[in-house]
Amino acid sequence: MNKPVYGLMAEFDNPTALVAAARAAREKGYRKLDAYTPFPIEELSDALHLHHNKLPLIVLIGGILGGLTGYLLQYYVTVIYFPINIAGRPLHSWPAYIIITFELTILFAAISCVLGLLALCGLPMPYHPTFNVPRFALASRNRFFLCIEARDPLFDTKQTSEFLESLEPREVSEVAP
Amino acid sequence: MAEELQDPHVASKKIIAPGYTFGTVTDQIATVVLTKRTPVFWFGGFAAGLVLLFLFLLAVGLLFAKGVGIWGLRTPVMWGFAITNFVWWIGIGHAGTLISAILLLLNQRWRNSINRFAEAMTLFAVACAGMFPLLHLGRPWLFYWLFPYPNTMGVQPNFRSPLVWDVFAVSTYATVSLLFWFVGLMPDLATLRDRTHNRFARFTYGILAMGWRGSAKHWSIYETASLLLAGIATPLVLSVHTVVSFDFTIAIVPGWHSTFFPPYFVAGAIYSGFAMVLALAIPLRSVYGLEGLITDRHLENSAKVMLATGLIVGYSYMMEFFNGWYTSNVYEHAAIWNRMFGPYKTAYWFLITCNIVAPQLLWFKQIRQKPALLFMSSIVVLIGMWLERYVIIVSSLAQDYLPSSWGIFRATKWDWFTYVGTIGLFLFLFFLFIRLLPMISIFEVRTLLPQAKVEEEGGN
Amino acid sequence: MSNNPENHLDLATVRDRLRSTGGRKYWRSLDELAATPGFADLLHREFPRQAIGWSDDENPGEGRRNFLKLMGASLALAGLTACTRQPTEHIVPYVRQPEELIPGRPLFFASAATLGGVANGVLVESHEGRPTKIEGNPEHPATLGACDIFSQASVLQLYDPDRAQAPTLNGEISGWGSFFGSLRAMLTAQKAKNGAGLRILTETITSPTVAEQLKGIQKLYPAAKWHQWEPAGPHSARAASMQAFGQPQNTYYDFSKADVVVALDSDFLASGVASLRYARQFSARRRVSEGKTNMNRLYVAEPMPTATGSKADHRMPLRAGDVEELTWALATTVQAAAGGPKTNDNGDIYRWAEKIGADLLRSKGASVVIAGEYQSPMVHALAHAINAKLGNVGTTVFYTDPIEANPTDQLASLQDLAKDLDSGVVDVLLILSGNPVFTAPADLGMAARIQKAKTRVHLSLFRDETSQVCQWHLPEAHFLESWGDARAFDGTVSIQQPLIAPLYQGRSACEILQSLSESPEMNPYVIVKNYWSSQHAGADFDAWWRRAVHDGVIAGTALPQKTPALHGEGLTAHAQKRTLGGKLEVNFRPDPTIYDGRFANNGWLQELPKPITKMTWDNAVYMNPGDAHRLGVETGSMVELSYEGRRLKAPVRIQPGHVDGSVTLHFGYGRTHGGRSANGAGFDVYPLRTSKALWQDVGLEASKVSGSYEFADTQMEGVLDPARHIIHKGTIAEYLKDPEAVHDGAEAPAKSLTLYPGFNYQTDEEGRPKYAWGMAIDLNSCTGCTACIVACQAENNIAVVGKDQVRRGRNMQWLRVDTYYAGTAEDPNPEFYNQPIPCMQCENAPCELVCPVQATSHSAEGLNDMVYNRCVGTRYCSNNCPYKVRRFNFYLFSDYETPSLKLLHNPDVTVRSRGVMEKCTYCVQRINAAKMDAEKQDRRLQDGEIQTACQASCPTEAIIFGDINDPNSRVSKMKSQKRNYGLLEDINTRPRTTYLATLRNPNPEWES
Repeated sequence: MNKPVYGLMAEFDNPTALVAAARAAREKGYRKLDAYTPFPIEELSDALHLHHNKLPLIVLIGGILGGLTGYLLQYYVTVIYFPINIAGRPLHSWPAYIIITFELTILFAAISCVLGLLALCGLPMPYHPTFNVPRFALASRNRFFLCIEARDPLFDTKQTSEFLESLEPREVSEVAP
Repeated sequence: MAEELQDPHVASKKIIAPGYTFGTVTDQIATVVLTKRTPVFWFGGFAAGLVLLFLFLLAVGLLFAKGVGIWGLRTPVMWGFAITNFVWWIGIGHAGTLISAILLLLNQRWRNSINRFAEAMTLFAVACAGMFPLLHLGRPWLFYWLFPYPNTMGVQPNFRSPLVWDVFAVSTYATVSLLFWFVGLMPDLATLRDRTHNRFARFTYGILAMGWRGSAKHWSIYETASLLLAGIATPLVLSVHTVVSFDFTIAIVPGWHSTFFPPYFVAGAIYSGFAMVLALAIPLRSVYGLEGLITDRHLENSAKVMLATGLIVGYSYMMEFFNGWYTSNVYEHAAIWNRMFGPYKTAYWFLITCNIVAPQLLWFKQIRQKPALLFMSSIVVLIGMWLERYVIIVSSLAQDYLPSSWGIFRATKWDWFTYVGTIGLFLFLFFLFIRLLPMISIFEVRTLLPQAKVEEEGGN
Repeated sequence: MSNNPENHLDLATVRDRLRSTGGRKYWRSLDELAATPGFADLLHREFPRQAIGWSDDENPGEGRRNFLKLMGASLALAGLTACTRQPTEHIVPYVRQPEELIPGRPLFFASAATLGGVANGVLVESHEGRPTKIEGNPEHPATLGACDIFSQASVLQLYDPDRAQAPTLNGEISGWGSFFGSLRAMLTAQKAKNGAGLRILTETITSPTVAEQLKGIQKLYPAAKWHQWEPAGPHSARAASMQAFGQPQNTYYDFSKADVVVALDSDFLASGVASLRYARQFSARRRVSEGKTNMNRLYVAEPMPTATGSKADHRMPLRAGDVEELTWALATTVQAAAGGPKTNDNGDIYRWAEKIGADLLRSKGASVVIAGEYQSPMVHALAHAINAKLGNVGTTVFYTDPIEANPTDQLASLQDLAKDLDSGVVDVLLILSGNPVFTAPADLGMAARIQKAKTRVHLSLFRDETSQVCQWHLPEAHFLESWGDARAFDGTVSIQQPLIAPLYQGRSACEILQSLSESPEMNPYVIVKNYWSSQHAGADFDAWWRRAVHDGVIAGTALPQKTPALHGEGLTAHAQKRTLGGKLEVNFRPDPTIYDGRFANNGWLQELPKPITKMTWDNAVYMNPGDAHRLGVETGSMVELSYEGRRLKAPVRIQPGHVDGSVTLHFGYGRTHGGRSANGAGFDVYPLRTSKALWQDVGLEASKVSGSYEFADTQMEGVLDPARHIIHKGTIAEYLKDPEAVHDGAEAPAKSLTLYPGFNYQTDEEGRPKYAWGMAIDLNSCTGCTACIVACQAENNIAVVGKDQVRRGRNMQWLRVDTYYAGTAEDPNPEFYNQPIPCMQCENAPCELVCPVQATSHSAEGLNDMVYNRCVGTRYCSNNCPYKVRRFNFYLFSDYETPSLKLLHNPDVTVRSRGVMEKCTYCVQRINAAKMDAEKQDRRLQDGEIQTACQASCPTEAIIFGDINDPNSRVSKMKSQKRNYGLLEDINTRPRTTYLATLRNPNPEWES
C-alpha cells in the first residue's frame, strides 16, 4: 500500500443491514471494526460484543467519596474546628448531617459519571479520520456506517473492500487517516 | 418497546405520527434551529421576556441599593414573596428531571419527545429559584458565607440549619440537571454540527459536541451513563423538595412544624412542574407544527400525571387539616383555623379551588384531549401552587404563638416586580434555548420510528 | 481694604455663620467662608492684638482662641476637604479633672432633670465627656435609683440636631453680644419707669437660685411682673389647698404604709411628681412571696385606662366629672363631709362608695385617698378631708410648704398678663423657656396677644411656635449643659451640673435673669455657687458644696412636714348637678410620652408605645366602643369635635375600658414648629382647651366626617387567650389556697424528656463554677410604665424608625411591654395585664438552630449571643422565635450621618448596619465590663453588681437579673417562688427569662 489509510467504510441505509453486516464481519474474523449510527442500537452492541464497561464502578467510587466528604466535613467543622453550643444541641448532631451527606454523594456520583463517560469514550476528540469521508456527515442523520480499521491484522485494502461490497452497502469508501 | 405502534386500537394514541423517516425527523427538528427566518412568534415571546427581565433588574437594583425594606416584610412575617417564589420555581423544575430520569427508568418511551425542553425548563426554573435565597438576604453581598470555605473568621456554616441544607441540595440539583441535560444534548449537537452550513455555527456546535461521531462503542457507554444518571437523579429530585420542605418543618412555627410536608411538597412540585410542561408544550408545538412529534398522547399523559399528583396534593390539604385538629395543640388549631378563616382566607380558598376543584375536570377524556382547555387548566394550577406556598409561609408566620406580636403582611409593588421579573428571566432563557438548541431530542425520537427496529432473522 | 461693609467680617459673624450651618456642613461651609474676601482680609491682619479687638465676646481671651482656631482650620482645609464628616468631639471639654478619666470607662455624674419645675435626681453616664445615658440617682428621694421616660430621653433632646443654634433677631442670625447690648438699652429705659413695661413669663420655678434672682429683679424693677404658666401643672391642687387650708400646701404620700389606696382619677404610679417613688413603695406592698402574703388593695376610678388603672384590684370606669360625686359619696361614708350633688345617672357610684368607705374605715391611718392632678379642686379638698378624717395625715399623707418659688394661680397669672398685653403697657416680654403660644388656653389667643408687647424675647431649646412671634430668639442651654438647681416633690434640692459645654452656645434662664441684675457679668456656676454659699452657714462651704454636687442632693433641704388645719367652709361649696344632656364629656390630659408637647421632637418618646394603647407617633380621640358604635365610627375614622363653638377634626380610637359618654384627648401633638419629628405628628388639642375647662367639661359634640387615618401601633392583638397561658394570674385568696392555681394547668415538660445530653452551665472545663445569667420579671409589680423600653433604647443605641416604618411592623425596640385585655375587647371594664418581653435567652434557642451562618449562638453563660458582623440577614431566626423579640434592620435605620447624634451613641454597643438582625443581649456589655473588674480583683461577681438597663430604670423593681447558679442571688430566690413560670414553656425552649404570676387582691365584699 503506497498511501496509508485509516480503514474502509461501508454505508448502509437501515439498522438491520448494518447489524447483519457487523455480524458478518465478526464471523469473517475482523476485530478492529466500529459502527457509526444516528441512534443507539442494542443489537449492534452484542453484534460487536460491546457489553462491558467500567462506568458503574467509577460512579460507585465517586458516590462513596462524596458521602465520606460530606459527613467528615460536617463532623470536622462542628466537633473539631469550631465547637460551639448551638441551641443546646450536641456538637455531633448526626441526624442533621444526613442531608448534606446524601447531597454530596449524589453530586460526586453524577460528576464522576459524566467525566467517566467522556474519559471512556476518549472525548473530547477534536479530530477523527472518519470525518474525512464526506458522506459521513449523514451518520448523525439517517445513514449507518460500518468501518473496518487498518489496524486489523486481517485488513487488506483489496480483500476487505471486496468483502464489504459483498454486503451490498450503498457504497464503500476509503477513510484517509 | 413501543407496543402502541403495533396495537391497532390505539391509532389515536400514537406517540409519533406515521410517515416520518430518520431524515424527516432530523430535518424538522433541526431546521427550527438552523433556519434563516426566525418566526414572529419567537420575537414576540423573546421581547416579552426581555421587558420583564428589565423590570426584574430594576427591582433588584433598588433592592440592593436600599435593602429588603422595599418589600412588604415585617415582624413577624420575615419571609414573604421571595421564599414563596423560591419554592414555586424549584417545584416547577421537578417535572423536567422526573420526565427525563424517572420515566426513563420506567421505560416510558413517550417521554423521548418532551424530555429535552422539560429538562431545559428545569434548568431555567432552578436558575430563577436559585436567585431568591440570595436576593432575600439582608446583606446579599455576603451570600458566600453560606458555603463552607477556609476563611479568616474561623467560622463555618451551621450544618444544622435547613438553609445550609438548601444550599447543598439546590446547587447539587442545578449541577446534576445541567450535566444530565448536556449529556443528552451531545449527539444532537453532533447532528447540528453536521447539518449547519454556517461556519461559525459549525465551529461552535463542533466544540460543544466534543467530536461525537455516533460510534457503536460510544453509544453503549452512553446508554450506561444515561441509565446511571437517571438512577442518580431520581432520588435527587425527590430529595430536593424534601429538603426545601425542611425549611418549614424544622422550624417550630405552628402550621410549618409537621412531618408530612416532604411528600406533600414533592407531589406539589411535580404537579406544578407538569402544569408548566403543558403550558410550554401546547403553544410551542402549534407554532412550530410539531403536533406530529408532541402528540395529543403526550398532552394526555401529562394531564394524567397532573391529575394524580393533584389528588395527592388534595389529600395533603386534608391531612394538614386533620393533623392540625388531631395534635389537640392550641397553637396548631389556631394556625389551621387562621389559614382557613383568618386574614388570608381569600387566598386559601382560591388556592383550594385552583388546586383541587379545577383539576377534577381532567377526569374527562374530552377535556384532556382539548389542548386549549389543558393549557388553561395548567395555568390555573400554576397560580394555585404559587398561592399554596404563599399561604403556607405567610399565614403561618403572621399569627403564631404570642398574639401581641401578630402582624399582617402586605405585598408592595416591588414584591410583584421581583416575582414577575423572574418569569421574564425564565422566558428570556427559554426562548434563547428554543432558538439555539433542538428543543426535542432528535436521536431519541429516531428510536421511536418503526424503521429503527432491527428485524432479526432467527436472532440469537 | 476691609472698610467696605459687605466685605468686613468679624469673628462673631464668622462663628454665627458656622453655627447657622449645623452638622456636617460645618467644615464645608468654613471652606466656602475661607474663600470669601472678608475672611482672606481677616487672615491678612497679622497681629493677634488686633484679632482680640474683633471679638464682641465678653471674655476677650475667647476672641484670640477662636481666631486661631478658625485660621488653623481654614489653613488645614486644603488637606481636609475629603473629610466632610469631621467629628466634633474636640469641642467637648472634661467636666471633671481628666486624671479621673480612664478612656473606655464611663464616669457618672449626679444631676437633676426637671419636669414641670420639679426635680428628679439622676446619674448621668459620660463617655469621654459625652453624656450618653441617664439613670436614677439612688440617693434621691424622688427616684430612688429608678428613672422616668422623660429624664432618660432628655439625653437625646440634648443632641437633637433641630435645636436652636444661635440667637436670632427677626429670624436673622445674630450674636449674644448684640442681644445683651440691646437688652441693656431696654433695661435702662425700664429702669426709668421702675420696670413698669417689663414682664417675665416662665414655667413653674422651684429653683431657689432663680427664685433669689427674681426677687432681686423685683427689687430693681418694682413695677415689673413675673408670670408663670405650666400647661400640665397641678393647678387644681393649688386651688384646692387654698380652698381647704386657706394657704398653699404641698402634699405627698407614703404608699409603703398604705393597706388601702383609692386613686380618684390619679395615675400616681406612672405620671406626676414622685411617681417613681410612689410606684416603688406601692409595689413593695404588693410583692407576695412564700412567707409574706399581705397585699395592699387599690381602687381606681378613672375615665381613660392608665398604668395605675391596670394595677387596680377594682377599676371603676368613671367619667372624670362624676369622680367628684364619687368623692362626695366617699366623704359622706367616712363622715369626712356631708352633702354633694346626687345625680342618679350612675347608681354604681354609691354602691362603690359604700364598699370602699367600709374598707377605708377598716384601715384607718393605713390608707391613702389620692386625687388626680386633673381633677377639680373640690375632689382634692375632699381627699384632704377624707385623709384627715381617716388619720392618714402624718402616716401616709404629708404636707409641707409649697416647693414652688411662687405658688400662684398660674391661669390667673396668665390672664393678668393677657390683660396687660391688651392695655399695651408691656414694652419687654421675656419668655424664659416654655411655649405659651402653643400651650396657653385657646381663649387667651396668646399668639396674637404676645405680639402686642413691643420687644419680645424667647429663650428655648427650639425655635418653636412662640419663637415665631418674638423678635429675639435665644438658644437655651439644656440642663445637661448648664449649672442650676431645683427642688424635688418634698422640697429636697438637687444641684444640676453640666456634663458638656453648650453644644450651640446656649444659655440658661438663670444666665439671662442674671443679666437683668446689677451684676450681669456672671457665669451660672458662680451664680449657683454664690447663692448656696449665702445660704450655707459655716466655714466648710467648699467641702459642703463638693458633697452637694457629688451626691446630687443637698442633705436636709427637704421641707419640714406640718399638719395644716382644715377649713370646714372650704367643703361646703357643693358642685351643682351636672348632666351630659346627650353630649359627651371631654377630658384633656398631657400626652403619656411627649407630655405637653415639649418632647414632641424626641424620637425615643415619639416611638415609645404609650402605656395600654401601644400607639406611637400620634394622639387620638379615645372613646368607649359603645359611644363609637353610636357615632357609627371605628378606630381610624375621622370625627369633628365641637366644644364651645371651637371645632377640631381628629381620628377616633376605640379604647376598651374607657368610660362611656366621654372622650379623652391628649394635648402636646400637632406641633407646627417643633422640629422634624414633631411637625405634623398627631393633631393639636389645645385649640379646644380653654381657661374655662383646663381638664374636663361636658358639652362636647362629635360627628363622623369623611376620611380615615392610620395609627402606628406596636401591638395589634390584645385579647388574652386563656388557652395559651401567656399571663399566669389569680387572686391572693386563690394563691393562698393553692399556689399552683395561678398556673391554671400550663404544661412545662421535664428537662429529662430529651435524647440529647444537657449542656453543662454549672462548671467550666477546669471544673470552676460558671455564671449562668437569668432574669425574673414579677408581673405583679410591673405597672407597664415603659421606662424600661427607653432605658434599653438609650443603652443599646437602638434606632428610631419613624411612624411609617412602625406601621409596617418594623419598630426596633428590643424590649416591649405587651398589654392584654382579659375578656373581650367589648367588655366595658376589662382587666389589663402588662408583660415586659425581653429576649428569653432560651437554652434550646430555636433561633440558633436555624441560623445558617452561626451568627447567633449560645455563650457558655447561657446568653443567646447575636454576632452582628456575621449576620447575613436571612431573618430565619426571627421567624423561628416564638416570642418575636428579634428586630431586623430592613433599611439603614441607624443614623451614621448627623454629627451631634454620633455623640449620643454608647461606645460599648455596636451601631447596627442595614440588613442585620439585632436583639436583647441582657446588656452583655455591662456583664463583660463587670466581669473584667471582678477578674482584675480576682473575685466572683457579687449579686446585684450587674444591672441591666431595663432593671436599673424600673421603678417597681419588677425586673431582677443575676446569676441563677448562685442559689442566694435575688433572681434565684425569685425563680424559686411558686409563682414563677416560663413563657411558652410547653414548647420546651427553656427560657432563662421567667415571669412571676400576677395577683389581685379584690375586696371580698365587692360583689355581695
